[in-house]
Amino acid sequence: MSTSTIAPVFDEADLVAKAKAGDAAAFTELVSHYDRRVFRMAKQITQNDEDAEDVLQETFLKAYSHLDDFQGNSKFYTWIVRIAVNEALMKLRKRRSDRTVPLDDPIDTGEDVVAREIAVWEDNPEQRYSREEMGNILDEAVQSLKPAYRTVFILRDIEEMSIEETAQALNLSISAVKSRLLRARLQLRDKLTRQFKRKGDDALAYL
Amino acid sequence: MLTCKQFLEDLNEYLDDQLDPKLKQELQKHVNECPNCWVVCDTTEKTLKVYKGMEAKPLPADIHSRLMAALKKKMGDRCTGSPQQETGPQQSKGTS
Repeated sequence: MSTSTIAPVFDEADLVAKAKAGDAAAFTELVSHYDRRVFRMAKQITQNDEDAEDVLQETFLKAYSHLDDFQGNSKFYTWIVRIAVNEALMKLRKRRSDRTVPLDDPIDTGEDVVAREIAVWEDNPEQRYSREEMGNILDEAVQSLKPAYRTVFILRDIEEMSIEETAQALNLSISAVKSRLLRARLQLRDKLTRQFKRKGDDALAYL
Repeated sequence: MLTCKQFLEDLNEYLDDQLDPKLKQELQKHVNECPNCWVVCDTTEKTLKVYKGMEAKPLPADIHSRLMAALKKKMGDRCTGSPQQETGPQQSKGTS
């Protein structure tokens, strides 16, 4: 009896090897595995459905065209994210006339690192909100960050890339990534604390 | 003695567990003694946790089908072009 291949585990390396050898179905499987994450990231960066769809398509078409350039030095998804980020940033730059701040804006030189909202959270806020409500709260908070902070946070803390990978993808120094990440995390913490703080703790002074 | 400001400056490395043991110990001591920093540390950790647990929603059907159509077109181009060379001109996205 031949080995059963029912419900195969997603094997990225194997699919990438097949795709590089010209197996279109393998590439399509890779796309299907990552498309929602790429779209989410594109939307978070561009803040726009249409641009996000463009980014989604351009990312995978480009990846397909340049598959031979992928040497396996990073994870395949990291490579995809890098393409997607570049595409998304290009979109963002094209729309500079709106309220977005340029990504290379020198915003974090010596700017204070502060935590404004000091309050403990209610237990398990995830359980108080529906999955959709929670998603909206988290999305909104990310959207409210400046683009320079937002992109760093998305790559590092949502896509779970390393500091080094994030720096590479955004063409930033390690120290710039670290400093933006700290501000992004603290600002998000402030925003979510306003939402999730335990009732009755408003006036509680810890000092 | 570590100040709250110094604690905040190192909060990322503390949360990501990337500090040398001596500094980590100092931060741990501070966080145990300073209620404000304990709260900030705890809620920042929770912030990261909720984002990590956030699953991406499935692609809307129309966006998915347009992506698949664009890919199919691209793959067709590649197959009808030179099979070994994949550096053909970049096609613009399918706008069917």
